[in-house]
Formats: sequence, C-alpha cells, structure tokens
Amino acid sequence: MKRLLTLTSVLGALLGSKAAMAEYGLNMTQGVTEVSKDIYDLHMMVFWVCVVIGVVVFGAMFYAIFAHRKSAGHKAAHFHESTLVEFIWTGVPIIILVAMAIPASKTLIDIEVLEKADMTVKITGHQWKWQYDYPEEGIGFISNLSQASKDAIDDREKGSVAKREALDESGDTYLLSVDNHLVLPVDTTVRFLITSNDVIHNWWVPALAVKQDANPGFINDAWARATEIGTYRGQCAELCGKEHGFMPIVVDIVSQADYATWVAEQQGAAAAAAEAASQTWSEDDLMAQGEVLYNTNCSGCHMKDGSGGYGPAIKGSSIANGDAAGEHLNIVINGKNGMPSFKMLGDADLAAVITYERRAFANTGSVVQPSDVTSAR
Amino acid sequence: MSTYTAAHDDHHGPEKGLLRWVKTTNHKDIGSLYMWFAFTMLLVGGAFAMGIRAELLQPGLQLMDPQFFNQLTTMHGLIMVFGAIMPAFVGLGNWLIPMMVGAPDMALPRMNNWSFWILPFAGGILLSTFFMDGGAPAFGWTFYAPLSTTFAPDSTDFFIFAVHLLGFSSIMGAINIIATVLNMRAPEMKLMDMPLFVWTWLITSFLLIGAMPVLAGAVTMMLTDRNFGTAFFDATGGGDPVMFQHIFWFFGHPEVYIMILPAFGVVSHIIPTFARKPLFGYSSMVYATASIAFLSYIVWAHHMFLTGMPVAGELYFMYATMLIAVPTGVKVFNWVATMWKGSMTFETPMLWALSFVFLFTIGGFSGLMLGIAPADIQYHDTYFVVAHFHYVLVTGALWSIIAATFYWLPKWTGKMYNEKLAKFHFWWAMVSVNVLFFPQHFLGLAGMPRRIPDYSLQFADFNFISSIGAFSFGLSFILLTYIVIDCIRNGKQAEARPWDSAKGLEWTLPSPAPYHSFNTPPSRAVILEESQHS
Repeated sequence: MKRLLTLTSVLGALLGSKAAMAEYGLNMTQGVTEVSKDIYDLHMMVFWVCVVIGVVVFGAMFYAIFAHRKSAGHKAAHFHESTLVEFIWTGVPIIILVAMAIPASKTLIDIEVLEKADMTVKITGHQWKWQYDYPEEGIGFISNLSQASKDAIDDREKGSVAKREALDESGDTYLLSVDNHLVLPVDTTVRFLITSNDVIHNWWVPALAVKQDANPGFINDAWARATEIGTYRGQCAELCGKEHGFMPIVVDIVSQADYATWVAEQQGAAAAAAEAASQTWSEDDLMAQGEVLYNTNCSGCHMKDGSGGYGPAIKGSSIANGDAAGEHLNIVINGKNGMPSFKMLGDADLAAVITYERRAFANTGSVVQPSDVTSAR
Repeated sequence: MSTYTAAHDDHHGPEKGLLRWVKTTNHKDIGSLYMWFAFTMLLVGGAFAMGIRAELLQPGLQLMDPQFFNQLTTMHGLIMVFGAIMPAFVGLGNWLIPMMVGAPDMALPRMNNWSFWILPFAGGILLSTFFMDGGAPAFGWTFYAPLSTTFAPDSTDFFIFAVHLLGFSSIMGAINIIATVLNMRAPEMKLMDMPLFVWTWLITSFLLIGAMPVLAGAVTMMLTDRNFGTAFFDATGGGDPVMFQHIFWFFGHPEVYIMILPAFGVVSHIIPTFARKPLFGYSSMVYATASIAFLSYIVWAHHMFLTGMPVAGELYFMYATMLIAVPTGVKVFNWVATMWKGSMTFETPMLWALSFVFLFTIGGFSGLMLGIAPADIQYHDTYFVVAHFHYVLVTGALWSIIAATFYWLPKWTGKMYNEKLAKFHFWWAMVSVNVLFFPQHFLGLAGMPRRIPDYSLQFADFNFISSIGAFSFGLSFILLTYIVIDCIRNGKQAEARPWDSAKGLEWTLPSPAPYHSFNTPPSRAVILEESQHS
C-alpha cells in the first residue's frame, strides 16, 4: 500500500510538471498538431482511469493483505460467490469502456478522414534511408543519417563519446540527425503518401503524431498540419534490417515565406543536377563526388576501404574491375539479393559512385559517365 | 525428479538410467523433461537478453554489430515463447492434469513421448542457425515479410522447419490434454467440478489446435515464397506483405492467451490455499476464461493499426480489444475477493501469486492503453510495447510458472524447499524485474523505438537503469537453480498435503506422487471434498 502510494505520488508529480517531463522524457509528447494534442489528451485520460482503477483494486488487495492475515489473528470467512457483486463488476467496466471509446472513436475518425490537403509529399522507405518527393513542386531528394552521427556510433573507435556529446551540444541530435531535412510550411495541411522500395518501414515523427507503415507495392496515406515552427525528429519504427536503428527523420516546419525560398532553391539545384547529368565528367570530379556518396550509401556494408563486411568486397572484385561496366551498373541500379536498389539516385551521382568503386581501392575498372547510366536504366 | 515408489506400484516401473528418459511414456517423467527443457531454454533466452541489455547499457555500439543485435532480439523472442513459456506450461499440464482429474496417466502416452522429444531437436535446429553463413534469423520473432522472405538469410529455411516441428509438438500436446480431460477424468467428476488449472488448460488446448496450424500455414507460404517462386507476400507478384501480418496475428493473438490462460489457472489454485478461503466466483472464472479465449480470435488486427487499415476496421478492432478488459477484470476482481476476509499467510508460492496479480494487472492497464487505436499511433513499436508484453509475459506467465513450481514442488519431489532462501529469491527477482521493465514505459512514451541497437542520448539514463535491473534479474536465476536442486537433494520430507488448506485431488496422493497417479478413480465424496467450489 505504502509503496503503491509513493509510486503514484511520484508519478503524479512527474507527470504534473511539464518542465520535468521535458527534462527526463517521461511522457508522451503533446506535439505540434491538433491531432497530436488530441492523442495526448486521450492517452492521459486512459492513464488516469487506469490509475483510479489501480488505486481501488490494489487498495483493496493490499488492505486485505494487511488486515486479513493469519498472523494478525484474522479468521477466514467462507463466502465464495455473490451474483450482485459479480454483476456490478462486470457492468461498471463496460460503462467505463464505452465512455473511453467515444472520444477515442472521434479522434480516430479525425485522423483517418482527410477532406482536402494543401500539398502532398511522397515518402519512400529504402534500406536504410528515406526518399522525399514533392510531386507538385518537382523536388525530390534522399535523406541519410548525418555523417557526424555515423562517426560517433562505434565505441571501439576512440573519441566516440566526446563526438556524441559535441553533436548534441551543437544543437543537432546524435542518431536523430540527417543530411537533408524534410522541409514543410507551417499551418498547412500536408498529405503524406507513404510507400517502400524494399521491406516494410514505418515513418514516425512523434511531434506530428504521424506513424504509418511503408509497405512495398502499396501506398498508405497520412496527414499533418503543424502549428508551430521548429525542427522535429523521428525514426523508422518498423524493423527493416541491419541499419533499422540508423534511418532517422528530421522535419523542419518553417514559415510560408521561408518555405517558398527553400522550394525555389531546390528547384534551382534540381535543374543544375539535370544539366550535370547531360555532360561528360572528368575522372577527378567523378571520384571526388563518388567518394562522398560511397561513404554515405555503401560503406555501411562494403566498408570504407572496400574490403567488404556485411556485403562482398569491392576491392579486387571482378565486377568492379575490367572494361565492361554493365553488370556493375545493373547491380547498383536494381539491387541483388541483400543489396538494395539505388535507382533513386540521379544519373550523375550513380556515375560518380560507380566510377569511385571501379577506380578506388587499387581497382582498375573503367570510368562510367552519366550517359552510361541513362542508357543502362 | 519423480522417484519410483515401490510401495505403491509394482507391475511396471521406469527403466534404469538414461534410457528411462528417452523411452518414457509416464506423464510425470515427461512433465519433468518438459520443465527441465523449458528451464534450460529460459537460461539460453535469458543469456540473449543479457547480451541485448549489455549493448543497450549505454549509447553507441560497444559489443556487437547491428545485425547480430537483431539476431539476438529475434532468437530471444522465439526461444522464450516457443522454448521456455509454452513447454513449461505443457510440463505443468503433464504433471498435474492426470493427478487433478483422478487419472492414472495421460490418455495418449506414446504420443506424449514424441511430442516432448521433438522439442530438443526443434530447439537445436533453431539455435544452430547462429553458426550458419549469414547468421541466425534477424527479422524479429514476428518475422514480417518481406524482411523474412526476400531479404532474409539462408538460415531462414531452418527456422521454418523448426517452427513446423514446434507446431507439431504443441498440437500433439494439446490433443493429449483434451483427450485426457474428456476421457480419463474420474467418472464421478463433472466438468464443473474440475479445478481451474484443468479448465484453463482444456480451453488453451483448443486455442492451440486452432492457432498453430495457422502459423504452420504462414511459414509454409514463406517457404514457397523463398524457394519455389510463389508470391504470397510479394507485391511484385501480386501478393501482399500485409496479408502476412493478418495470418501471423491470427495465430499470434490466440498465442498470447495460450501463454496466459494456464497462468490464470495456477494463480486460482494458490490464492485460495493461502487465503484459506474457497475461490471466489468459480463458475464466473470458467466463463471468463472461455470468453477471453473466444475474444482472442477476433482481435488480431489490433497489432496492425498502422498498416493502413480502413477506419471501419480500426474501430471494430479497437472495440473488440477493449472488450477483453471485462473478463480479465472479472478474474482480477475474483482473486482480490478471494483474499478479502481470508486468513492469509505468505509462503513463497503466495508471494509469487500476489506479485502476479499486482504486476500482471499493470501489464493489463498498458494493454488497455495500447488498445486505444489513436493513442496506439504513438505507442506502437516503442519500448512502451516492450514494457507491456514483458509485464504480462514475465511477471505474468513466467511468474505463474515459478509460483506453480514452488507450490507443487513438494508433491513432485516429496521434499520441501528452503523457505527462507526462496523468499529472499522472490524479493530479489521482484525488485530487479521492476527496475528492469518499469523504466521502459518511460522510454517508449518519450519516443524510443523497439529493436534498435543504439539510441540518442536523451534515452541514456533509463536504459542504464533498465540494464542494471536486467543483470540483477538474470543473476537471480542462479539462486533459483540452486534452490530447486537443493530441494531435490537435501529437502526435508514433505507431507502429502504440505499446505494446510490446499484443495485438489493431487493432495490426496502421497508425496512424492506415485508413478501411476490413480489406479482406482476417486469417489464422488472425495471429488466434492477436494473441489474448488465447496
């Protein structure tokens, strides 16, 4: 009884103070959308109903343990049924459940039924990164775990602890930081179309109260209307293989004006990339860009030095050497066995990374140009 | 564990030596085999959990690469569910059901032998995958396609074979229990005279027969998808990965109750004994068990609220799920009413049973919260879920198995265990299991997904606490092993009825129980005297 009381009072105090919540991360976030606040309210309502039922049931139990014990000289009664009592404790829970089901149904219908969206973002899960496409704006990009986070993961390398702390002090978050943020305008209803390119992923941003499975071959939808400007972080929430813990999500909710600027920038960059893909690159340029892309996309399985690990070695591989790049292109573009497809990368990027694989690590394969990728697709 | 008593039985005793255990058709021998196998698997699955918690002790990767971490979480779940909890309950059923229904043995003794001896081979195949090229299965114990089909290691085919074998074993065990309860019951014992452990196991057997073939179907479809060019779960061939989840959870949700209904039975024996008062609401306990079993078949998709179900489906599965709280509540209320105005003492089995009621109910509360579909958006696949199912499976199912072991150990071995040491062990386990699992509620609510080998720094404190609790909880099983072995070797002689107000036909037999339980069925008078509703 005493322990229970202490527990409840500690819990109550902690949940009651918003500051404590933020600091210790004890409770669900209230989020920045109307839906996320509704969900938080539902969560707290059911929580308190459980606390009250718990106090009554455990109260009776611990009172009996204390008062009706043999060592206190208590003699056992012999009753063993009571239709009335049993009727009450079957009926009362039903009433409580109905009372909880009504607001829960309302919120659920709000979440699932969307009349009209202001804009659409298509989200595609890949092992192990997210791809974002804005079909109406003609923008698309890949979002990977940031290099700073990757460098701080392995404690078998020296200085990782310090790197993690430095990352958090810099205002970014260890393991919850990415190279390209998803940028969305505030006070705008955004429809998310969510799918996957390989296994099932789940796109989850707690502050937006969006968590939806990304199923290969099917498109799910979800929506959010954020009311506060800020940066919100989330993670993949469905086991999707080796790097499941390392494909975070970062969403920047920005003002309408900032969003318009960002869209213009992205469209400019997309035009430049298309231009680059139509040109012939020098080997040095391909190698320079290829190294960056290799370390982001490939080194997790094939290792930084190409020696192989979870994936086969690239150093000295017959596919990466020699003049015929056909099979190499095919594997990187379409995937093979455990190797995911990388067809979402642009032609210039694919040419760069494949050239890097063929020329680095003392390999002597041929250089691949963006035009080779275009014809290999 | 069971020693042959020549005084009682004289025409055919057990063989000598190792062959006794290989060839035995005796329900007590087979019950002991099941229990020791389950305990071994508990230690193996527990060792995997120690590995998981050691990696999660602090942020960053220290001990293993993420793929091996995934192998550990997968194998931990599979070994604990199919290797530890389920066999332990079959072991309890084997040992206790013939004694409780006044029968000499199980109805199908040779099949009984087979259903046990499949297990070590299935377990061995499952564990051998660690040493195969590409490693053990790493797709979680729920093995969602296509991660478990197109993207899985080669060892997955061995996993499929092992699951088939485990399914055979479970189905045979269930058939045997049904046949024993319905055919071997003392002629004078009516169904509503049966003790609750027998009732809960009878109902569980029907769940097993209904659910395990569905699991077999799921893994067979995986097998053909992987090897024979079918596309049940592959959208590129017209299949549907979400269909895998429907099939899996159509097995998986009854499976959850397969692991908890016999626990309800155990606790319904222990609480009346130590409260010295008949079980409150015997018949409502039976009806509540049957209702939970029925509901377990129609709520499966509450595991799938985020797969893209239509809103009408979500509403239905939310309502059906919430309904389970009613019969489950009835059970908890009945246990508390049994304690009410009793004359309670707190021997070790009672401590475990009371702790079960307290902690299982906490798991029930988080279950109710998870059933609220909109809130599940934030809970789903986080540590909140991990905390929830460990409260119902560790401090629920496992707790009841430990409670049952202490309660019936005198009957099985004819010896008393060391009460002082056993109580100390209880408090050790009780404190550490809460240090282990309670903070995981906070981690989940704060946004930590499950099945990740590394986490951001905000989750560091609670993970550290949880891991410390885990190491302490793990160590406590060394003491449990010692207590049980010490009881078998050095325990004081136990009386036929070591607990003064225990009811049940098993207590009318001497301790240790004779090799063949009842050679002549007990009379109506004895059955009524020993029934739970007298």
